[in-house]
Amino acid sequence: MDTLLQHLVNGLVLGGTYALLGIGLTLIFGLMSVVNFAHGEFYTLGAYAAFAALALAGLPFVAALLAAIAAGALLGALCERALLRPLRGHSIDTIMLVMIGVWIAMQNAELLAWGGVARSIPHPFPTAPLTLGPLNIAPLRLFVVLTAAALIGLAWLLIQKTRLGTAMRATFQDRDTAALMGVPIGKIHTVTFAFGSALAAAAGALLGPVFLAYPSMGDLASLKAFSVVILGGLGNFAGAALGGLLLGVAEELGAGYVSSGYRDAVGFVAIILVLLFRPAGLFARAERIG
Amino acid sequence: MRRSMRLVALAVVPLLAALAWLQIAGAQQAPIKIGMIQPLSGPVAASGNYVRMGAEIGRDWVNAKGGVLGRKIDLLIEDNKSDPKEAASAAEKLIVRDNVVAMICCWGSSMTLAAMPKVEEYGIPLVVETSSAASITRRGNPWVFRISPPSEMEASGLESKLKALGIKQYDFLAVNTDWGRGAVTAFGDVLKKNGSSQGVVEYMDQAATDLNAQLTKVKASGSDTLMVTTSVEQITLILRQAQEQRLQRRIVTTGGSSSPSQLIKHAGPAANGSYHVLVFLPWFPEAHPDAKLARAFVDEWQKRGFPFDGLTEGFRGHDAVVTVAEGIRIAGKDDRRAIRDALWKVNVMGTNGPIRFEKDGPAGKESGQNKPLIFLVEIKDGQLTLPKIQ
Repeated sequence: MDTLLQHLVNGLVLGGTYALLGIGLTLIFGLMSVVNFAHGEFYTLGAYAAFAALALAGLPFVAALLAAIAAGALLGALCERALLRPLRGHSIDTIMLVMIGVWIAMQNAELLAWGGVARSIPHPFPTAPLTLGPLNIAPLRLFVVLTAAALIGLAWLLIQKTRLGTAMRATFQDRDTAALMGVPIGKIHTVTFAFGSALAAAAGALLGPVFLAYPSMGDLASLKAFSVVILGGLGNFAGAALGGLLLGVAEELGAGYVSSGYRDAVGFVAIILVLLFRPAGLFARAERIG
Repeated sequence: MRRSMRLVALAVVPLLAALAWLQIAGAQQAPIKIGMIQPLSGPVAASGNYVRMGAEIGRDWVNAKGGVLGRKIDLLIEDNKSDPKEAASAAEKLIVRDNVVAMICCWGSSMTLAAMPKVEEYGIPLVVETSSAASITRRGNPWVFRISPPSEMEASGLESKLKALGIKQYDFLAVNTDWGRGAVTAFGDVLKKNGSSQGVVEYMDQAATDLNAQLTKVKASGSDTLMVTTSVEQITLILRQAQEQRLQRRIVTTGGSSSPSQLIKHAGPAANGSYHVLVFLPWFPEAHPDAKLARAFVDEWQKRGFPFDGLTEGFRGHDAVVTVAEGIRIAGKDDRRAIRDALWKVNVMGTNGPIRFEKDGPAGKESGQNKPLIFLVEIKDGQLTLPKIQ
């Protein structure tokens, strides 16, 4: 029983960050129909930005987190303006190929800039775990999961309650009508891509100190983000949040009670089942962005 | 007309002969090409790059002494991206396109195993510098010569030391590759023979970062020791996450490729009390038969500004290059088959100790296996120590 509880806690902590990754990706797909293969690279960017801010510039932890988010947003906006805007109206395949190019270019730029050796990102939290009965959780992980939840909440508020969010939802529902109503589609796309990338960078900056920062770290993150999005339904905000948690718990329980060698397989089997029985995603009927 | 033809012939023939002679002379001067495949990117890129750095020192030292057979040696290095498929295609490229005379590869066992069929197909000697899976020298591939110890050799070489640790029950956490699975069997056999019982055996993907599920299972087993086989990055994560879960275990890493100073740096106090199987001890060069060589290598490494943490990997690159160069010298020519036959006669001093090959694998198709020295070190209060039980 104690072991089961610990597995569940581990799974929820892991799932929280999957959710953060998935939300950024699902927003970009939902609003822009861009399959962002470079999503994981923004995650890596966030981790390295946090490393640079903390270990090299000596900024405090929260400032480093904000710096990483800013770096993600900035590069995301740049990427949209320079590469995606000229391609608007092109087929989804063309854009997909461009994003694969961005992925390869960013990963190799990271390798060139930082080298292949993993970096350990310093953090101010004590390393001894907090103990609650049979459960152990590291203070850093607790901070990560709470911050992830707060960021997801903020993202939701932004989309639901602000004028910008209303414009984003309108664009998602019907781009042409939104444009006729005076929504600046170009700007909305830039903001959406920057916002999605910033969320990925936030996940990287949060998880970097928990794990290690290395140039290929984004590959696994991308894979998980895509899994979460498929699980939750493409373009579905709430679906991505719940899908993330679900994937985290499924993997953890699979590793705990089936076989740890098949940990990733458990997650993918869950996705295959969802696709077989609910092809539009688990939460297809739940509220979409809007 | 006939006269002019004769004139042309008279002019052309000596010209062609001169060209041919120049080409032969040029070939004599051209460097001897040795291929190397390492993971220069991907999850284990750090290790692969360290081996490359060590190999470059080896190459420079050999060339500084005049090279072999009066020619310089040239290292052609390919990236296998930590991926077995890439290892096989990199091998094909080096053999067919670059026409190397011998190869050094591939760090990970799965990558080496993927490149081995190519080596046999084209008939080119391969020096394996790091990989530990037993199957590498057991497949009946007579072109393979391994300088690193297989897991079984590590385990049996450490039998007395493991016994002295008094392990009653152990768990195993290994990377899900040929190397990890091989180590579980090899160390498991030796531990069981000495009266330890086995708790749980858990595997992890090479790129996995969250190992809490495995550690939660390990925690529930009630063993006293956790044996770990994986790369240094994952060992760091295991040490940290074990501390987060208050896992009170003696942790012993196998594989001889971990870098304790890197662990001390990245895992901090979580690394205290852990034991590590190592093949090269840059902190204690005097532990090696040729202390002068070991020290010179450590000095050169630092002079080049390479990170000290990389030495436990880097020495392999040096030793592999020295082995190949000695093979070429004994062969007396840059012919693949002659070098293969010569590798059996190699007896050369490496940074770890003398390198020579014994036969291993099915009769008639044996591979060469070197018997390096193996050590067990402990991290105590952030410092590295050679435990008394040596």
